[in-house]
Amino acid sequence: MSSPKVEIIESYCKGCSICVEFCPTDVFEMDGFLAKVVRPEACTKCMQCELRCPDFAVKVH
Amino acid sequence: MAFDYEQYLRPGKLPHIWCPGCGHGIVMKGLIRAMDTCGLEKNNTAIVSGIGCASRLPGYVDFNTLHTAHGRAAAFATGIKMAKPEMDVLVVGGDGDGVAIGGNHFIHACRRNIDMTYVLLNNYIYGMTGGQFSPCTPVGAKASTTPYGNPDPTFDIAKLAIGAGATFVARTTAFHATQIDKLIAAGLRHKGMAIIEVLDDCPTAYGRRNKFRSVIDMMKRLKEIAVPIKAAAHMTPEQLEGKVLTGILHQEERPEYCEQYQQVIASAQGD
Repeated sequence: MSSPKVEIIESYCKGCSICVEFCPTDVFEMDGFLAKVVRPEACTKCMQCELRCPDFAVKVH
Repeated sequence: MAFDYEQYLRPGKLPHIWCPGCGHGIVMKGLIRAMDTCGLEKNNTAIVSGIGCASRLPGYVDFNTLHTAHGRAAAFATGIKMAKPEMDVLVVGGDGDGVAIGGNHFIHACRRNIDMTYVLLNNYIYGMTGGQFSPCTPVGAKASTTPYGNPDPTFDIAKLAIGAGATFVARTTAFHATQIDKLIAAGLRHKGMAIIEVLDDCPTAYGRRNKFRSVIDMMKRLKEIAVPIKAAAHMTPEQLEGKVLTGILHQEERPEYCEQYQQVIASAQGD
């Protein structure tokens, strides 16, 4: 299985930090006012981030 | 696998207008997944809304959509369903729009048991117009028009809907993201008036006046107050103090209004 690809569409992200808080493996961190993918290798594809992002900004492939 | 929301969104409309952390986006995703699950056709579906933050939702989805007068969404939706009973009709609105300004239309749509699905996003406040208190603002909570705390008792929207005659009433929260689409899908499949209340967060107009330090605090509160209705059966009234029940709260079969009206037409034509 190839490692999952986590993508943040920066033009949609409003920096609410929901993905940072609810990711169980701390894939995201806040970078100023935007969320940033810092540990993509830790992603388990639980899809919590994509499910909860209110701004359609997180995609897990 | 990532769900392809783009197929149901109008191109070029994102980013949406809702504030950072507003749960309306989470509910919109749930609504899109539910409509996908039920196989609703874009040309055969109408989504109607009134005025308010939640009522901006239909502007983003690529279905037949109608943005109407404040509180009058249920009345417009009733008109669509009566004219075209074969269409799937949904109403989306907030607590201020649905049960304050449009309270009358809400209860009468419930009473008629017309076949539509009403998704009511309850964020406890009038967000768009400047944070005035709504009938769902908790007692003691602060709003721009209740700076010393709200003295008014609140509406229990689910009980109001059941009392008014809706035949499917469910409740969930923006935290319970997977439950949103399951309940909306169940409401879409139900023949008759389906009310799905989604408790939501408004960090801008409600949260910052009521000592919620962040969006995460508001989301965690939604998690804490929600009790599934099956679990509540084993809990004492003391344990249920301050909690809200979630899940399908009420479901019954009753004659649907459009079918009843067809019989009136048949009688009038002498059949």
